[in-house]
Amino acid sequence: MDTQKHISSAFDQDLTTLNDALQKLGDLACQQLEGAMEGLAMQNQANLDEVIKGDAALDALEAEINEKAIEVIAIRSPRAKDLRYVLVALKVATILERMGDYARNIANRTKVIMTAGNENIPGVNIGRMGQVTQEMVRDAMTSYQNRDAEMALAVWRRDIEVDHMHTAFHKEVLASMSRNPNMVGTGAHLLFIAKNIERIGDYATGIAEQVHFLVEGAMPDEDRPKADKTSKVVGT
Amino acid sequence: MDTVVDMAKAIKIQAKDVNVFYGEKQALNNVSIDIEDRSVTAFIGPSGCGKSTFLRCFNRMNDVIPSCRVEGSIMMGDVDVNNPQTDPVLLRARIGMVFQKPNPFPKTIFENVAYGPRIHGLAQSKAELDDMVEDSLKKAGLWGEVADRLADQATGLSGGQQQRLCIARAIAVGPDVLLMDEPCSALDPIATSVIEELISELQQRFTILIVTHSMQQAARVSQKTAYFHLGTLVEYGDTKDVFTLPKNEQTEAYISGKIG
Repeated sequence: MDTQKHISSAFDQDLTTLNDALQKLGDLACQQLEGAMEGLAMQNQANLDEVIKGDAALDALEAEINEKAIEVIAIRSPRAKDLRYVLVALKVATILERMGDYARNIANRTKVIMTAGNENIPGVNIGRMGQVTQEMVRDAMTSYQNRDAEMALAVWRRDIEVDHMHTAFHKEVLASMSRNPNMVGTGAHLLFIAKNIERIGDYATGIAEQVHFLVEGAMPDEDRPKADKTSKVVGT
Repeated sequence: MDTVVDMAKAIKIQAKDVNVFYGEKQALNNVSIDIEDRSVTAFIGPSGCGKSTFLRCFNRMNDVIPSCRVEGSIMMGDVDVNNPQTDPVLLRARIGMVFQKPNPFPKTIFENVAYGPRIHGLAQSKAELDDMVEDSLKKAGLWGEVADRLADQATGLSGGQQQRLCIARAIAVGPDVLLMDEPCSALDPIATSVIEELISELQQRFTILIVTHSMQQAARVSQKTAYFHLGTLVEYGDTKDVFTLPKNEQTEAYISGKIG
């Protein structure tokens, strides 16, 4: 937060409320993602149920942030950095809520995979992909908290790692499905799970862009490196 | 060969190194600014920052304050505003002014508007004077409300109507520039909206400089904004930039409500 206070202490209080709510939403989104990835790795039913149940809290908090942001715009007429702050809070809240949806999706699909009871599920690298994505989300939220545009840019550039892993994983699962027709159902769910993780990575870069906009008043002016080639993979 | 179109507006007034003193106290420090033609430029800043003092420099209104001394150059085309040879009465016909509180003469609506053209000898006949009054009232957006009662006392009009009458009175003598010193501060929100809409229309014909304490108003009506603090011009730029991405931290603090 900026050190110089507004003449209106209520305005400062409003911005603090918004900031605290967004941080809380960021923490919840990270927890959900972590829970979903643990549930996938450990095939843990309780973990997965908790993630599915926990999504409602993110929806409610996002709605609270939207309401507060609209109130601040209507009552305080924020300008310059204050205005960017409120607009960024609105956008980041939406992104975090969507991340929560993806985490719930991962949990739902994992439960289906568990019922199929397949042994030797392919794609050990999906865990690493999830780990990098979680780090990106945490770093993006840290860069938001610290108003650190450089850290945000580092997150923004890191998405290419996830893209590479996604492409490799995609090929691996397709190959497994080709070899073993019993794996087709599980494989299809895994492909969707991987895509969800890859999208969470994209969303982390979305937060990073918003942090850059908040601090510098402009979006990053370079092209974001991308390497997701899954749309070109036809199987083996 | 491609034609290069210069989208930049022409400069109407150039102020250079303007200093103003009230006795020993310096109220403005080396203010230099280029005012674009047919645009609205807003002067904002906390009380005592010098924005009204600067506005009054443009038509020599500071001349009426005995202790006031103005240095520096203000050029409107080839008119040197501060040159002692420049007649302030003629200057004020070219650079009209509207004040904080509506100040109609205790005369009829017609006489308020006709006064300027009459003393400057601008009308050759009664019919021409009638046309000038009607035209000015139309430009000020008041004709429709007063056309059938031009002989009524101006002081009987509402505050917002009186202020528009003052604008009509100012433009009746055919100025190039209008100075507005907090023209809406005594008006209710509806009358303020009407004046703001009028300012946007007048901008097609006149160069307008407005001092306002309302940052919302500055943002709504102006294309350029100048922020003053303690007699210094801190920042001057496109209004959209000043209110979204100011270059100076002091400007940011002021428009964000952190200093007042």
